[in-house]
Amino acid sequence: MTAESRQPPAPAPAETAIIVENLHKSFGSLEVLRGVSLTARKGDVVAIIGGSGSGKSTMLRCINFLETPTSGRIVVNDEEIAIRPDGRPANRRQIERIRTRLGMVFQAFNLWTHRTLLENVIEVPVHVLKTPRTQAIARALALLDRVGLADKADTFPAFLSGGQQQRAAIARALAVDPTVMLFDEPTSALDPELVGEVLSVIRDLAAEGRTMLIVTHEMKFAREVADHVVYLHQGRIEEEGPPERVFGAPQSARLRQFLQTVG
Amino acid sequence: MVEALLDTLGLTKTVELLSLQPPGWGGNLLRGLANSLQIAFGAFGFGLLIGLGGAYGKLYGGPILRDLLTIYTTVIRAVPELVLILILYYVGTDLINQAASAMGYGRVEISGVAAGIWVLGVVQGAYATEVLRGAIQAIPSGQLEAARAFGMPPLMTLRRVTIPAMMGFATPGLANLWLIATKDTALLAIVGFSELTLETRQAAASTRAYFTFFLAAGALYLIVTLFSGVIFGRIEKWARRGQPSLREGNG
Repeated sequence: MTAESRQPPAPAPAETAIIVENLHKSFGSLEVLRGVSLTARKGDVVAIIGGSGSGKSTMLRCINFLETPTSGRIVVNDEEIAIRPDGRPANRRQIERIRTRLGMVFQAFNLWTHRTLLENVIEVPVHVLKTPRTQAIARALALLDRVGLADKADTFPAFLSGGQQQRAAIARALAVDPTVMLFDEPTSALDPELVGEVLSVIRDLAAEGRTMLIVTHEMKFAREVADHVVYLHQGRIEEEGPPERVFGAPQSARLRQFLQTVG
Repeated sequence: MVEALLDTLGLTKTVELLSLQPPGWGGNLLRGLANSLQIAFGAFGFGLLIGLGGAYGKLYGGPILRDLLTIYTTVIRAVPELVLILILYYVGTDLINQAASAMGYGRVEISGVAAGIWVLGVVQGAYATEVLRGAIQAIPSGQLEAARAFGMPPLMTLRRVTIPAMMGFATPGLANLWLIATKDTALLAIVGFSELTLETRQAAASTRAYFTFFLAAGALYLIVTLFSGVIFGRIEKWARRGQPSLREGNG
């Protein structure tokens, strides 16, 4: 049940960015993911929706191995992540290298509170990717400007609103020049009036053709930016397809019910 | 002029006793202080290293390592320090001498400073383990997760995220440990190490001016404490630079 099997054949065989195959994840006796498969091509914006406990965040976190899958295959940019029989990454350097290509944005922002916004944004380029410092700073300032925080470069995260922190977190993720961006409920921790500013930044990223996987509760937003929508229910993909079909003509009764409850 | 003033205050004798030049004993006291500080520095640093390793072991280590560390911190914190110093000092020197004779060397003269640092460092390490464990646990887990998600290797995460993020939580506890270290050096007098307290006792015994010398030693310990307070205050302010002050409210 890959994305491709249900979509009309692409004009040219677009390169895949992420392949998730038959992913299982259990926490103790609790089975959170029961065989999820997903393919994202370069330039795709995939929205992952579902109720609380459906496994959508866990699935996203398995892609960069923040959670260790119980079983399944994960391929990022045509490189399969090698795993040991117990499911843990076999090669720490490989997983670290792949992680630097995946810009992750968290629900709780997770900025480093002892560093200013500028320091947060240059941290990974300078120390992990070994970009020259002056070059990293110039790029970081441009990114902060882009998310509307040019004047806050020397401010510490704790002095900013949630929306500002999340926009800075997006700048931090962009700073590694990621091939795929992973958004884990980027607006769920925000006050309602701050959601819009973060969504508009993400919308711009979608418009410039970035590959993104977005776990979200914002249905209107998902419908608007996504090329492909995946609805997870109890650890399985219940329904997926282009947004017009998933939102406009849902097949599954569960999805219809879900869409009614979330409005 | 100054002499006249001292004379009227009846302090001429005191100044002579504390003079830095013999026959005054001031030089001896300062030498003792320097020895004390040297040991305190070394022991505090050694204790921090043990503490960082111990905290990591307790938080992320396997069951056997965790048990061993629990025994270490429990025993060290349960036994009076004076007793520990005697045990560690004599056991430590005895082990080294046995090793030396086994390898065909004669008795080794163990430097007082090295022995002092080893003994107090092992004691400090047990307390530092608990201080740093608490501080690491106080770091919001998302910050370490972000480091992981961006591909930071473990040692870099320790250096760039864990240590700076925990500093704000650890500084008050570490300041306590440092002050305890400066004063625990006095306990080394029992094994004959000429730190400030032993020097003071010798000066006092030779001159019968107990009050003068112990007051002077007390003043030196106080100066060290006050100075340390300023330094740690600065460190804490720097370590908490990203956090809004509780007093001023959120800016």
